[in-house]
Amino acid sequence: MLLTLSLVTPLVTAVLTFLVRSQPQLQRGVSIAGAFVLLVFALALGVEVVTGGPVAAAMGGWPAPYGIPLVADLFSAAMVVITGIIAVAVTIYGLGEVDPAAERFGHHTLMHALLFGVTGAFLTGDIFNLYVWFEVMLIASFGLLALGGRREQIDGAVKYVALNLVATLCFLAGIGLLYGATGTLNMAELNEAVPAIDNDAVVLATAAMFLFAFGAKAALFPLFFWLPASYHTPSVTVSAVFSALLTKVGVYALIRVFTLVYDASALPLVQELLLWSAALTMLTGVLGAAAQNDIRRILSFHIISQIGYMILGLAIFTPLALVGAIFYILHHIVVKANLFLVGGVVRKLTGSEDLAQIGGLWARTPWLGVLFLIPALSLAGIPPLSGFWAKLVIIKASLDAQHYVAAFVALLVGLLTVFSMSKIWLEAFWKPHPNEPAAAGLVLSRAETWSLIAPIVGLAAITVAIGLVAAPFYTVSVTAAEQLLDPAAYVHAVLGGRP
Amino acid sequence: MEIGIAVLIGVLVTSALYLMLSGNMVRFIFGLALLSNAANLVIFVGGRLTYGAPPLIELGASAPSGAVANALPQALVLTAIVIGFGLLAFTLVLVHRAYQSLGTVRADEMRLAEPDEGKL
Repeated sequence: MLLTLSLVTPLVTAVLTFLVRSQPQLQRGVSIAGAFVLLVFALALGVEVVTGGPVAAAMGGWPAPYGIPLVADLFSAAMVVITGIIAVAVTIYGLGEVDPAAERFGHHTLMHALLFGVTGAFLTGDIFNLYVWFEVMLIASFGLLALGGRREQIDGAVKYVALNLVATLCFLAGIGLLYGATGTLNMAELNEAVPAIDNDAVVLATAAMFLFAFGAKAALFPLFFWLPASYHTPSVTVSAVFSALLTKVGVYALIRVFTLVYDASALPLVQELLLWSAALTMLTGVLGAAAQNDIRRILSFHIISQIGYMILGLAIFTPLALVGAIFYILHHIVVKANLFLVGGVVRKLTGSEDLAQIGGLWARTPWLGVLFLIPALSLAGIPPLSGFWAKLVIIKASLDAQHYVAAFVALLVGLLTVFSMSKIWLEAFWKPHPNEPAAAGLVLSRAETWSLIAPIVGLAAITVAIGLVAAPFYTVSVTAAEQLLDPAAYVHAVLGGRP
Repeated sequence: MEIGIAVLIGVLVTSALYLMLSGNMVRFIFGLALLSNAANLVIFVGGRLTYGAPPLIELGASAPSGAVANALPQALVLTAIVIGFGLLAFTLVLVHRAYQSLGTVRADEMRLAEPDEGKL
């Protein structure tokens, strides 16, 4: 029941916000209420899964494997909870940031449609249905990206749309081939059917297609070019939700498919590819960020570099490495969204995102400096913030598995992340504003202060909480990783006591 | 028959890649349409091809008698066609809009979001 409710809430909210589009205040209220309801259902689902193990529901009353199941193991449930948190944060933030014209043209509707697609992708137990959720998510994100229609947005959207559609079609063809080889689309049943395929070429070919498709969604090296081309162009609210959720759906799909459908440890070639790709993703992302001078473009490249850590966890494929990957995803979503949100406030207070044209924020608003430093230092992995534990687990796992090069790259990238973050710190906060009188006139109104700062404080508090009280989050990651490595409970929840 | 369709898929993918790599967004869209048809054909062949055996159930029966065509790939392809059509329409409008506001359909000349730092 909770599975259906978590999924239906964003859909209902999307429809409602569309129906009341002529009344801006009501529309905003519905949007925020929808986000809170999603969070409540997600938390309830999380509690249910933590206490009782994986749950599944057959859609339309058709039993698996004929119908489409919704499934939540702990990994899915945790992702849905974090989606709820981000939903609440960005809808509140959007009150003070999104252009009223964009709201009239469907910002709220598209935002909840995006959340609908993301939640669906996390909860589905059917691989063709996963493709459908990807499309729901994509079309909503296209709309959000182009909404407003500034020239840079259109430019970014063209590249985003083009490269993502190629990846999606590859995913679709992979599904066709896998169906041809196994005769099923149910992921729990594929767990039994894929090892039974007697032709290695078929297994490897389909695995390669999924690797390419999800790798492009997750912005892995060398498939990440759509991300830095587009993420800095829409409103900050949209950038934040994209940075938090979209690439992570790709990472989720990679982890899900290579633990449940394929056993990555039985495909050494895939593991090798993931390992190299992860290391190069970390490096190219962080080097790309070092070359940028615009806050959101720096942050966009850092998304790529951080994706490398998560995929490194999947590539190593030991229990500890998967724990690290899951912990990293949960920590990263909160931190990354928060950095974009802070970037939006910086732009409001200084008039630009170009580091050369801004400054002086430490003298004017020291509290904003603190709110920037919490996610920034966490991203770089400074103790005692959440990023430290995430990096510690991943690096420990790579050392244990004797992947010394990967561990070295992970440490080096952490150092270079500090460089990028200190660049933003020095330019935006420390140095005086090049045009002091003009900047002094830029202040937040009272309403703006509430809607912009409250989500930042909330997400920063979560970051600090994960850092100081890491144990419960670590335990959840451990259990989630155990369920991934031994999908018996997942399969049982979907297929039941089927003979 | 499967061999023939497999060759056709190969031709479609090759032509699609050729069009997509030309750097012209209008050609890219044509390539995308071909690629999406190729993917649909893959699903269709994946369900195995049968000749003249529609999956119809006799009145009063609960299952078809004898071997019939696999109906599932047809449902999948239909879903994929509908989604693909929607996305294609969106892409077409987006590229048209890009042509209006950027004045070009050549991907190399679309450098507004990522300006060439050398010239700044």
